[in-house]
Amino acid sequence: MAAVSSASSAAEPSCYSRLTNEWFCRQYLEDYRQEIVDATVQHVQITVLAVVLSVLVAFPLALVARRLPRLETTILAASTALYTIPSLALLPLLVPFTGLTMTTVVIGLAIYALTVLVRSMLEGLRSVPTEVRASATGLGYGATRRLLKVELPLALPVMMGGLRVATVSTVALTTIGTIVSFGGLGNMISDGVLTNFRAELMTASILCIVLAVVLDLLIVGSQWLLTPWTHRRVAT
Amino acid sequence: MRVLSDAWDYLTTASSWTGDGGMLELMGQQLLLTLTALVVATAVGLPIALWLGHLGRGSLLAINVSNVGRAVPTFALLALLVVADWPGTRELGPYGRAGLATIIALTLFALPPIITNANIAVREVSPAVRQAADGMGMTGAQKFWRVELPLSAGLVLSGIRLALVQVWATATIAALVAGPGLGEVVIDGFRRTNYGKGIAGAIVIALVALVLEGAAALAQRTLDPVPKTTVRKRRRGMSERLPIVAEEADAVGT
Repeated sequence: MAAVSSASSAAEPSCYSRLTNEWFCRQYLEDYRQEIVDATVQHVQITVLAVVLSVLVAFPLALVARRLPRLETTILAASTALYTIPSLALLPLLVPFTGLTMTTVVIGLAIYALTVLVRSMLEGLRSVPTEVRASATGLGYGATRRLLKVELPLALPVMMGGLRVATVSTVALTTIGTIVSFGGLGNMISDGVLTNFRAELMTASILCIVLAVVLDLLIVGSQWLLTPWTHRRVAT
Repeated sequence: MRVLSDAWDYLTTASSWTGDGGMLELMGQQLLLTLTALVVATAVGLPIALWLGHLGRGSLLAINVSNVGRAVPTFALLALLVVADWPGTRELGPYGRAGLATIIALTLFALPPIITNANIAVREVSPAVRQAADGMGMTGAQKFWRVELPLSAGLVLSGIRLALVQVWATATIAALVAGPGLGEVVIDGFRRTNYGKGIAGAIVIALVALVLEGAAALAQRTLDPVPKTTVRKRRRGMSERLPIVAEEADAVGT
C-alpha cells in the first residue's frame, strides 16, 4: 500500500482522487486533517457526555432497585424495552422533543447505556458479601457512609466491567447520530458512502475502533488506580 | 410538536403503507432479511459454540467475539461492504439493493450473542451434574444431548433472542448505506426534511422491534425444556455479561 502511494508523484492525482480512490491514503490524512480531528473530537464529546449522563441516571436507579425489589423488575424491564428499540428509530423519536441537536444523540445513547449500567451496578452492589455489610453496620457506619466507604469500593470491579461494555458500545453507536448530523466519525462514514470516498470511510471506521480501545484502556487504567487492593492481594 | 401530527398523518394515510416502496413492502423485506441472517448465523455459530462448550473450551472465543462485535460500528461495517468492489450494492434475490452486503453484515452481527451465550451456557453446566452423568455411564454424545443441552437451552435460546433484536436494529441501519428495509422511510424523511415521515418510520420500526422481542420471549418460554421463570430471569439478564466482567476482573488482577 505504501509503495503505491509513494510511487505516485506530486503531478499525478493523489491517492484519494476519484480515479484511484484508495482505501488507505496518507495524503488524505494530511489534507483533511482538520476535518478528521473535528469529527473525532465531536465523537469523543458525544460518547463521554452520553456515558456520564447514563451513569448519573443509572446509579440512583440501581440504588432504588436494590432497596425496593418490586421496582427492580419494573426498572429492568423498562430499560430492556428501551434497549430493544433500534438506534435508528430511537433518535428520530427524540427529535420532536430535543430537535436536531447534539442533545438528541447524547440522550439517545445514554438510554442505551442505561440497561448495561443499571444491571452491572445492581450486580456489583449485590456482590458485596452480607457479612461485610453487617460488619460495617456493626462498626457504626450509617447507610450513606457504608455505601460510599464500604459497598461502592467493593462493587467497583463489577461496576467498571459494565462501564467498559457501555462505553465501547456507545463509541460504536455514536456513528448513528449522523441521522441528525451529530454523529462524530459517523458523519464521515455517511459522507464516505454518499460520495464513494474510500479513504474517508476507512479512516473513520478505523478511528472508531481505535477510540473504543483507547477509552476501554483508560477505564481499565482508572480501575487499576481506584482499586489498589485487588492487585495487591494477587501479588502477595 | 407539528412533526408528531405530521407523523400521525403519514401513518394513517393508506398510500404510505401500500404500493411499491410502501411501508408494508419494506417491512416484509426487512423481516425477511432479519430472519435469513438469524438462520444463517445460528446454523454457523451454534454448532461451533456448543461443541467448544461441550469440550469445556471457547471462553476466549466467546469473549473476543462479543468484544469485537461491540466495538465495530455496524454502520461502519455496512458502509465498508457497500463501498467495496465486492459485495458492493449488488442485489440479491428478494433482498433488494445492496442485499448481499446487508445479509453479510447482519449475519456477522448476529454471531456474537449466539456464540457467547451458547458457549457459556454449556460450559456453565454444573460439574456435579456432569460427574453424575459420567457416573451413569453416559457417553460424551449422550451427556451433551441429554444433560448439557437441556440444561443450557434457556441461555442458548436467549442468545438467539438477543441476536434477533440486534439483527432487526442493524437491518434498520442498512438503509443509511442505501440498503433495503424500513430504515429507508426514516432516512428519506430526514434527508428531505420531511420529519413527520421520518418519525412515522421510526415508530413502526420501534413497534415491530418490541413485537419481535415479545414473540421471541414467548417462543423461548415454550421451547425451554427446563422452565424456571424466576431463576432464569435473573440469570438471563446477566448471562452475556457476567462472565465477561469476571474475566476482566481477573485480567486486571494479574
